[in-house]
Amino acid sequence: MNKDFIEIRWHGRGGQGAITAAKIVAGAAFVSGYAGVVMAPSFGTERRGAPVMTSLTISREKIYDLSPIETPDIVVILDHLLLKEADVTHGLKPGGIIVLNTPMAFESYHFKDYKLATADITAISVEAGLPHGMVNTGIIGSLEKAANLLGIDILIQGIENEFTKRKPEKNALAAKLAYERTVAGG
Amino acid sequence: MGTRNYKRKTSHSEHGPGDGGRTGSWRVERPVFDRSLCIPCKRNKESCFICWLFCPEIVISRTIPPTVNLEYCKGCGICAEECPTKAITMVDEAQFSEEDKD
Amino acid sequence: MHIIENGNVAAALGVKLCRANVIAAYPITPQTPLTERLSEYVEAGEMKAEYIPVESEHSALAVCIAASSAGTRVSTATSANGLLYMHEQVQWAAGARLPIVMCVVNRAVGAPWNIWNDQQDSISQRDTGWIQMYCADHQQIIDTVIKAYWLAEKVSIPIMVCYDGYILSHTYMPFDVPDQEQVDAFLPPFRPDYALNPEDPANLNTVTLPDVRMDVHGELAHGYMEIRYLLQEEMRTTLAVAAEAEKRFTEIFGRGGDPYIEPYRCDDAEYVAVGLGSLTYQLRVCVDALRKEGINVGVMGVRFYRPFPDEAIANALKGKKGVIVFEKALSYGYEGALASDLKSALYEHLAYTGALPVVQNFIVGIGGRDIRTEELTQNLKAATQHRVSKEPAWIGLKL
Repeated sequence: MNKDFIEIRWHGRGGQGAITAAKIVAGAAFVSGYAGVVMAPSFGTERRGAPVMTSLTISREKIYDLSPIETPDIVVILDHLLLKEADVTHGLKPGGIIVLNTPMAFESYHFKDYKLATADITAISVEAGLPHGMVNTGIIGSLEKAANLLGIDILIQGIENEFTKRKPEKNALAAKLAYERTVAGG
Repeated sequence: MGTRNYKRKTSHSEHGPGDGGRTGSWRVERPVFDRSLCIPCKRNKESCFICWLFCPEIVISRTIPPTVNLEYCKGCGICAEECPTKAITMVDEAQFSEEDKD
Repeated sequence: MHIIENGNVAAALGVKLCRANVIAAYPITPQTPLTERLSEYVEAGEMKAEYIPVESEHSALAVCIAASSAGTRVSTATSANGLLYMHEQVQWAAGARLPIVMCVVNRAVGAPWNIWNDQQDSISQRDTGWIQMYCADHQQIIDTVIKAYWLAEKVSIPIMVCYDGYILSHTYMPFDVPDQEQVDAFLPPFRPDYALNPEDPANLNTVTLPDVRMDVHGELAHGYMEIRYLLQEEMRTTLAVAAEAEKRFTEIFGRGGDPYIEPYRCDDAEYVAVGLGSLTYQLRVCVDALRKEGINVGVMGVRFYRPFPDEAIANALKGKKGVIVFEKALSYGYEGALASDLKSALYEHLAYTGALPVVQNFIVGIGGRDIRTEELTQNLKAATQHRVSKEPAWIGLKL
């Protein structure tokens, strides 16, 4: 993966907080010295529960092309049931990374040509003290474990800043636990 | 001589004679009040003033008795039309002397 | 301070920093988050402003017209059919010479109903007497809002700050938020020549006769035609005032550039792509790709659309072989309005040289159709090689 220009596509459901998660990663990337950070939600169709997409591009230089990303390096999937509803690996570069929140075992998935990382973020987040279904901070820990992008500390800092008034320590713990427990393939 | 140095860039009019100047000269009939019928005059207290309310030129005063600013009254007759006690009559200007008209 | 936020927040922060006193807006996608953010600032006491809820866009601008006439700094925003619903008041605000700043979050107009981006909405308001400025990224949005208040109040002409719906309004990017002290140094409090005042009553913009007239003081006052001529004359001199605004802005904020156009790799280019808004930044990527193939192209963003910087544009395009205009709007029955305006400027300034660049016109992204960079690049390349079509060519059409 070219770490000077990284394209990440997030798949979630309306209301799940994929945009907030992508925004936290965007902020951490910017603080880490990436001058170009663009986070573009899929436009106009956000409804609670419906599949939604957000694209995040991270670049060493300012980004002038805001068109939707077509060939992501990484896809992040906040709900394993989306695998049946959306073509989540569409355009994913060969050798690209799939970060998946699932209660199922890592071994139960077979993605040819891609590297998979899984964790049961739903359970981990409840363990961290968050309400059931809040997975958007935990998934950041899994993403970092799988892709080794920015370092977990700066991401946890970003989570705490974003959730200043909304359980910052529990959200940070969810990311930390997810980082520790994510199973990533080679 | 044009308007190049006029102080404003927009249409801005202040109170005073309008584009028609002293429009009282347009009047062919004048409103005349019969105080025996006019409600505020009869009761000697502030009431009714329908004439004041309806006058489109705002030339009728809210006083007892109501008075008409003849410099600007165009003689439209709306006051006479609206008066609930028919206290206002529109009278031909020819019946008034030249001094009365000023 | 640098933050990562979406384009609507960039606009809202600009309005807040400019200390607008009255905000009246009616929510419409994709403008809605901007007005929501402004209402939150007012509710939280972060802005000392009156937020006036209204039942339509027509009323929103009517409120702004009244508040601006009373001498306050006002803000509104809209998109698409909301802007069209304002149209009568849009014309009024210009004739009344009120320095209203309105963000237009560009969106396609119905029918058919469509909430996505193109620029037909603001382009259709070209002839209303408003200044129109277009933004290519979030930094330009916040900076343009600040410049717009200064300029509008200097020339007494309202301004539309236009930025692409979703592509800018809903996309998150880093940008610098200026300090309040900087903005206060740049933008003095609004001091109108006349503000509505019960002690000094006046009738504004009532029936104005075809000919000039004496006012109550015996001075010869304008007729309708003089008032409209002054709007045109001062729209043209606004170009010089805009240069002053850019200079002042650059001195205080440390960033700025050409006030009218934003050229990229144009100096040695044989062909130049031209457009408005975020599309011109996307075209930079196309230009870089074609340069690697040895094709000498550049791209020029037009930041001011009205008043039209005809001379600056003609000078920048002098000696080029071809100009390719990419537009997200068109004048139905002919071609893109920018293409027509640009041809007119080239003819006016270059016809005597005998060297007029060939102008081609592409229509893209209508109703939010994806503008794929590769497709854009191939069309730009084709236009450097031959005349693609006499009529405007629609990119990505699937007929």
